[in-house]
Amino acid sequence: MSLLTCKDFLLALNEYLDETEDAALRREVEEHIEECPNCWVVFDTTKKTLQVFKGIQSQDIPEDVHRRLMERIHSRLMERRARAQANDKAGDKDEQERKQ
Amino acid sequence: MSQPQQRVGSDGDAELVSRVQQGDIEAFDKLVVKYEKKIFRLARNITSNQEDAEDVLQETFLKAYSHLGGFQGNSRFYTWLVRIAVNESLMKLRKRKSDRTVSMDEGVDTGEEIVVREVAVWEDNPEQRHSQTEIRAILDQAISSLKPALRTVFVLRDIEELSTEETAQLLGLSVPAVKSRLLRARLQLREKLTRFFKRKGDDVFAYL
Repeated sequence: MSLLTCKDFLLALNEYLDETEDAALRREVEEHIEECPNCWVVFDTTKKTLQVFKGIQSQDIPEDVHRRLMERIHSRLMERRARAQANDKAGDKDEQERKQ
Repeated sequence: MSQPQQRVGSDGDAELVSRVQQGDIEAFDKLVVKYEKKIFRLARNITSNQEDAEDVLQETFLKAYSHLGGFQGNSRFYTWLVRIAVNESLMKLRKRKSDRTVSMDEGVDTGEEIVVREVAVWEDNPEQRHSQTEIRAILDQAISSLKPALRTVFVLRDIEELSTEETAQLLGLSVPAVKSRLLRARLQLREKLTRFFKRKGDDVFAYL
Protein backbone atom coordinates (compact mmCIF):
# COMPACT_ATOMS: atom_id res chain seq x y z
CA MET A 1 0.00 0.00 0.00
CA SER A 2 1.51 3.25 -1.15
CA LEU A 3 1.67 6.05 1.37
CA LEU A 4 2.32 8.82 -1.15
CA THR A 5 -0.56 10.82 -2.58
CA CYS A 6 -0.33 11.92 -6.22
CA LYS A 7 0.68 15.37 -5.01
CA ASP A 8 3.41 13.92 -2.79
CA PHE A 9 4.58 11.94 -5.79
CA LEU A 10 4.91 15.11 -7.90
CA LEU A 11 6.88 16.86 -5.18
CA ALA A 12 9.22 13.87 -4.92
CA LEU A 13 9.55 13.39 -8.69
CA ASN A 14 12.63 15.60 -9.13
CA GLU A 15 14.56 13.95 -6.32
CA TYR A 16 13.70 10.59 -7.82
CA LEU A 17 14.72 11.57 -11.35
CA ASP A 18 17.93 13.07 -9.98
CA GLU A 19 18.76 9.69 -8.47
CA THR A 20 18.36 10.62 -4.84
CA GLU A 21 20.19 8.38 -2.43
CA ASP A 22 17.21 8.44 -0.09
CA ALA A 23 16.27 4.75 -0.38
CA ALA A 24 13.00 5.13 1.50
CA LEU A 25 11.86 7.90 -0.84
CA ARG A 26 12.86 5.88 -3.89
CA ARG A 27 10.83 2.95 -2.65
CA GLU A 28 7.78 5.11 -1.92
CA VAL A 29 7.89 6.65 -5.39
CA GLU A 30 8.30 3.24 -7.01
CA GLU A 31 5.37 1.83 -5.05
CA HIS A 32 3.22 4.78 -6.00
CA ILE A 33 3.89 4.64 -9.75
CA GLU A 34 3.30 0.93 -9.75
CA GLU A 35 -0.20 1.48 -8.40
CA CYS A 36 -1.08 4.76 -10.09
CA PRO A 37 -1.09 4.62 -13.92
CA ASN A 38 -1.46 8.40 -14.33
CA CYS A 39 1.57 9.11 -12.19
CA TRP A 40 3.51 6.39 -13.99
CA VAL A 41 2.86 8.25 -17.27
CA VAL A 42 3.95 11.55 -15.73
CA PHE A 43 7.11 9.91 -14.41
CA ASP A 44 7.88 8.16 -17.70
CA THR A 45 7.26 11.18 -19.94
CA THR A 46 9.20 13.54 -17.67
CA LYS A 47 12.13 11.12 -17.73
CA LYS A 48 11.88 10.99 -21.54
CA THR A 49 11.69 14.81 -21.69
CA LEU A 50 15.07 15.02 -19.98
CA GLN A 51 16.51 12.27 -22.18
CA VAL A 52 15.45 14.02 -25.38
CA PHE A 53 16.98 17.31 -24.20
CA LYS A 54 20.24 15.69 -23.16
CA GLY A 55 20.42 13.66 -26.35
CA ILE A 56 20.10 16.55 -28.77
CA GLN A 57 22.39 19.05 -27.10
CA SER A 58 25.75 17.91 -28.41
CA GLN A 59 25.64 20.40 -31.27
CA ASP A 60 28.90 21.86 -32.54
CA ILE A 61 29.48 25.57 -32.69
CA PRO A 62 29.02 26.85 -36.28
CA GLU A 63 32.38 27.43 -37.98
CA ASP A 64 31.63 31.09 -38.82
CA VAL A 65 30.55 31.83 -35.24
CA HIS A 66 33.82 30.36 -33.98
CA ARG A 67 35.84 32.35 -36.54
CA ARG A 68 34.19 35.68 -35.68
CA LEU A 69 34.72 35.02 -31.96
CA MET A 70 38.44 34.39 -32.43
CA GLU A 71 38.79 37.46 -34.66
CA ARG A 72 37.13 39.68 -32.10
CA ILE A 73 39.20 38.34 -29.24
CA HIS A 74 42.45 38.69 -31.16
CA SER A 75 41.73 42.22 -32.30
CA ARG A 76 41.05 43.12 -28.65
CA LEU A 77 44.30 41.48 -27.59
CA MET A 78 46.22 43.42 -30.27
CA GLU A 79 44.72 46.70 -29.08
CA ARG A 80 45.76 45.95 -25.53
CA ARG A 81 49.25 44.96 -26.57
CA ALA A 82 49.64 48.13 -28.64
CA ARG A 83 48.45 50.22 -25.71
CA ALA A 84 50.78 48.44 -23.32
CA GLN A 85 53.74 49.00 -25.68
CA ALA A 86 52.85 52.67 -26.05
CA ASN A 87 52.74 52.97 -22.25
CA ASP A 88 56.09 51.21 -21.95
CA LYS A 89 57.63 53.61 -24.45
CA ALA A 90 56.17 56.57 -22.59
CA GLY A 91 57.60 55.07 -19.40
CA ASP A 92 61.06 54.69 -20.97
CA LYS A 93 60.96 58.26 -22.13
CA ASP A 94 60.04 59.45 -18.62
CA GLU A 95 62.94 57.49 -17.23
CA GLN A 96 65.37 58.91 -19.78
CA GLU A 97 64.18 62.40 -18.99
CA ARG A 98 64.63 61.76 -15.30
CA LYS A 99 68.19 60.52 -15.89
CA GLN A 100 69.16 63.62 -17.84
CA MET B 1 22.41 13.13 -13.75
CA SER B 2 25.13 11.43 -11.85
CA GLN B 3 28.40 13.29 -12.28
CA PRO B 4 28.26 16.66 -14.02
CA GLN B 5 30.20 16.45 -17.25
CA GLN B 6 32.13 19.68 -17.03
CA ARG B 7 33.66 18.69 -13.68
CA VAL B 8 35.62 16.06 -15.49
CA GLY B 9 37.08 18.58 -17.92
CA SER B 10 37.80 21.41 -15.52
CA ASP B 11 41.22 19.99 -14.61
CA GLY B 12 44.02 22.20 -15.79
CA ASP B 13 41.87 25.35 -15.90
CA ALA B 14 43.64 26.83 -12.89
CA GLU B 15 46.97 26.46 -14.65
CA LEU B 16 45.67 27.97 -17.90
CA VAL B 17 44.12 30.86 -15.97
CA SER B 18 47.35 31.65 -14.16
CA ARG B 19 49.24 31.53 -17.47
CA VAL B 20 46.79 34.06 -18.95
CA GLN B 21 47.23 36.24 -15.87
CA GLN B 22 50.96 36.23 -16.62
CA GLY B 23 50.31 37.40 -20.18
CA ASP B 24 50.20 34.11 -22.10
CA ILE B 25 47.67 34.75 -24.87
CA GLU B 26 47.73 31.21 -26.22
CA ALA B 27 46.52 29.92 -22.88
CA PHE B 28 43.43 32.09 -23.27
CA ASP B 29 42.80 30.63 -26.74
CA LYS B 30 42.81 27.21 -25.15
CA LEU B 31 40.17 28.23 -22.62
CA VAL B 32 38.04 29.72 -25.41
CA VAL B 33 38.20 26.59 -27.54
CA LYS B 34 37.43 24.45 -24.50
CA TYR B 35 34.29 26.32 -23.47
CA GLU B 36 32.93 28.21 -26.52
CA LYS B 37 30.54 25.42 -27.47
CA LYS B 38 28.99 25.25 -24.01
CA ILE B 39 28.71 29.03 -23.68
CA PHE B 40 27.14 29.36 -27.12
CA ARG B 41 24.62 26.64 -26.34
CA LEU B 42 23.79 28.25 -22.99
CA ALA B 43 23.29 31.65 -24.62
CA ARG B 44 21.16 30.16 -27.39
CA ASN B 45 18.96 28.36 -24.90
CA ILE B 46 18.44 31.39 -22.68
CA THR B 47 18.01 34.03 -25.41
CA SER B 48 16.29 31.74 -27.96
CA ASN B 49 17.99 33.78 -30.64
CA GLN B 50 21.04 32.94 -32.72
CA GLU B 51 22.20 36.52 -33.22
CA ASP B 52 21.88 37.42 -29.54
CA ALA B 53 23.63 34.21 -28.63
CA GLU B 54 26.62 35.15 -30.77
CA ASP B 55 26.82 38.59 -29.15
CA VAL B 56 26.63 36.98 -25.72
CA LEU B 57 29.38 34.54 -26.67
CA GLN B 58 31.73 37.32 -27.76
CA GLU B 59 30.96 39.62 -24.82
CA THR B 60 31.40 36.76 -22.34
CA PHE B 61 34.93 35.92 -23.48
CA LEU B 62 35.95 39.56 -23.88
CA LYS B 63 34.72 40.33 -20.36
CA ALA B 64 36.35 37.19 -19.01
CA TYR B 65 39.66 38.31 -20.53
CA SER B 66 39.39 41.85 -19.15
CA HIS B 67 38.48 40.68 -15.66
CA LEU B 68 40.67 37.62 -15.43
CA GLY B 69 43.23 39.66 -13.48
CA GLY B 70 40.73 39.86 -10.64
CA PHE B 71 39.69 36.21 -10.80
CA GLN B 72 40.58 34.74 -7.43
CA GLY B 73 40.26 31.08 -8.23
CA ASN B 74 37.97 30.42 -5.28
CA SER B 75 35.28 29.27 -7.70
CA ARG B 76 35.68 27.13 -10.79
CA PHE B 77 36.67 29.07 -13.90
CA TYR B 78 33.77 27.51 -15.81
CA THR B 79 31.19 28.57 -13.19
CA TRP B 80 32.62 32.08 -13.28
CA LEU B 81 32.34 32.10 -17.08
CA VAL B 82 28.76 30.82 -16.92
CA ARG B 83 27.89 33.60 -14.48
CA ILE B 84 29.08 36.21 -17.01
CA ALA B 85 27.21 34.47 -19.84
CA VAL B 86 23.95 34.23 -17.86
CA ASN B 87 24.10 37.93 -16.99
CA GLU B 88 24.81 38.88 -20.60
CA SER B 89 21.97 36.64 -21.81
CA LEU B 90 19.46 38.12 -19.37
CA MET B 91 20.52 41.60 -20.47
CA LYS B 92 19.78 40.63 -24.07
CA LEU B 93 16.34 39.35 -23.09
CA ARG B 94 15.58 42.57 -21.25
CA LYS B 95 16.62 44.63 -24.26
CA ARG B 96 14.58 42.57 -26.68
CA LYS B 97 11.47 42.60 -24.55
CA SER B 98 11.71 46.18 -23.41
CA ASP B 99 7.93 46.33 -23.12
CA ARG B 100 7.95 43.50 -20.60
CA THR B 101 10.32 43.26 -17.68
CA VAL B 102 12.39 40.14 -17.60
CA SER B 103 13.36 39.40 -14.07
CA MET B 104 14.60 36.38 -12.22
CA ASP B 105 11.84 36.76 -9.65
CA GLU B 106 8.63 37.02 -11.56
CA GLY B 107 6.54 35.70 -8.72
CA VAL B 108 6.92 32.18 -10.06
CA ASP B 109 7.56 30.85 -6.60
CA THR B 110 4.28 31.91 -5.08
CA GLY B 111 0.66 31.14 -5.65
CA GLU B 112 1.20 28.92 -8.66
CA GLU B 113 -0.05 25.38 -8.20
CA ILE B 114 2.05 22.60 -9.64
CA VAL B 115 -0.31 21.06 -12.16
CA VAL B 116 -0.35 18.23 -14.62
CA ARG B 117 -2.91 18.71 -17.34
CA GLU B 118 -2.09 16.22 -20.02
CA VAL B 119 -1.52 12.55 -19.26
CA ALA B 120 -0.76 10.61 -22.42
CA VAL B 121 1.71 7.84 -23.12
CA TRP B 122 4.52 8.76 -25.52
CA GLU B 123 5.52 6.80 -28.57
CA ASP B 124 8.64 4.68 -28.09
CA ASN B 125 11.97 6.37 -28.84
CA PRO B 126 10.58 9.68 -30.11
CA GLU B 127 14.14 10.79 -30.83
CA GLN B 128 14.43 8.04 -33.44
CA ARG B 129 11.07 8.69 -35.08
CA HIS B 130 11.76 12.31 -35.93
CA SER B 131 14.69 13.82 -37.73
CA GLN B 132 17.34 15.65 -35.68
CA THR B 133 16.28 18.92 -37.29
CA GLU B 134 12.65 18.30 -36.39
CA ILE B 135 13.47 17.42 -32.78
CA ARG B 136 15.74 20.43 -32.45
CA ALA B 137 12.97 22.72 -33.67
CA ILE B 138 10.46 21.15 -31.26
CA LEU B 139 12.86 21.52 -28.31
CA ASP B 140 13.80 25.09 -29.24
CA GLN B 141 10.16 26.04 -29.41
CA ALA B 142 9.35 24.30 -26.12
CA ILE B 143 12.21 25.86 -24.21
CA SER B 144 11.64 29.36 -25.57
CA SER B 145 8.00 29.21 -24.45
CA LEU B 146 9.01 28.90 -20.78
CA LYS B 147 9.20 32.03 -18.66
CA PRO B 148 12.83 33.22 -18.44
CA ALA B 149 12.87 32.55 -14.69
CA LEU B 150 12.04 28.88 -15.28
CA ARG B 151 14.00 28.54 -18.49
CA THR B 152 17.26 29.77 -16.94
CA VAL B 153 17.01 27.28 -14.07
CA PHE B 154 16.24 24.41 -16.45
CA VAL B 155 19.14 25.31 -18.74
CA LEU B 156 21.66 25.50 -15.90
CA ARG B 157 20.47 22.37 -14.09
CA ASP B 158 19.42 19.99 -16.82
CA ILE B 159 21.42 21.07 -19.85
CA GLU B 160 24.61 22.49 -18.35
CA GLU B 161 24.35 20.04 -15.44
CA LEU B 162 25.31 22.46 -12.70
CA SER B 163 24.36 21.41 -9.17
CA THR B 164 21.33 22.85 -7.39
CA GLU B 165 23.64 24.77 -5.07
CA GLU B 166 25.73 26.22 -7.91
CA THR B 167 22.58 27.26 -9.77
CA ALA B 168 21.16 28.88 -6.64
CA GLN B 169 24.35 30.79 -5.99
CA LEU B 170 24.72 31.86 -9.59
CA LEU B 171 21.17 33.21 -9.89
CA GLY B 172 20.96 34.61 -6.38
CA LEU B 173 18.12 32.25 -5.49
CA SER B 174 17.49 29.97 -2.53
CA VAL B 175 17.93 26.22 -2.97
CA PRO B 176 14.18 25.56 -2.47
CA ALA B 177 13.38 28.19 -5.13
CA VAL B 178 15.70 26.45 -7.62
CA LYS B 179 14.09 23.09 -6.86
CA SER B 180 10.57 24.44 -7.21
CA ARG B 181 11.38 26.19 -10.51
CA LEU B 182 13.09 23.13 -11.90
CA LEU B 183 10.04 21.00 -11.16
CA ARG B 184 7.74 23.52 -12.85
CA ALA B 185 10.05 23.81 -15.83
CA ARG B 186 10.33 20.04 -16.28
CA LEU B 187 6.57 19.53 -15.99
CA GLN B 188 5.78 22.36 -18.40
CA LEU B 189 8.26 21.04 -20.97
CA ARG B 190 6.79 17.58 -20.55
CA GLU B 191 3.34 18.96 -21.39
CA LYS B 192 4.65 20.82 -24.43
CA LEU B 193 6.52 17.81 -25.76
CA THR B 194 3.54 15.53 -25.12
CA ARG B 195 1.73 17.35 -27.91
CA PHE B 196 4.35 16.14 -30.36
CA PHE B 197 5.37 12.81 -28.94
CA LYS B 198 2.16 11.24 -27.65
CA ARG B 199 1.25 7.89 -29.07
CA LYS B 200 -1.20 8.22 -31.92
CA GLY B 201 -4.67 6.94 -31.10
CA ASP B 202 -4.26 7.62 -27.39
CA ASP B 203 -6.30 10.82 -27.48
CA VAL B 204 -9.43 9.19 -26.07
CA PHE B 205 -7.58 6.65 -24.01
CA ALA B 206 -8.39 7.03 -20.34
CA TYR B 207 -6.75 5.35 -17.42
CA LEU B 208 -9.25 4.18 -14.86
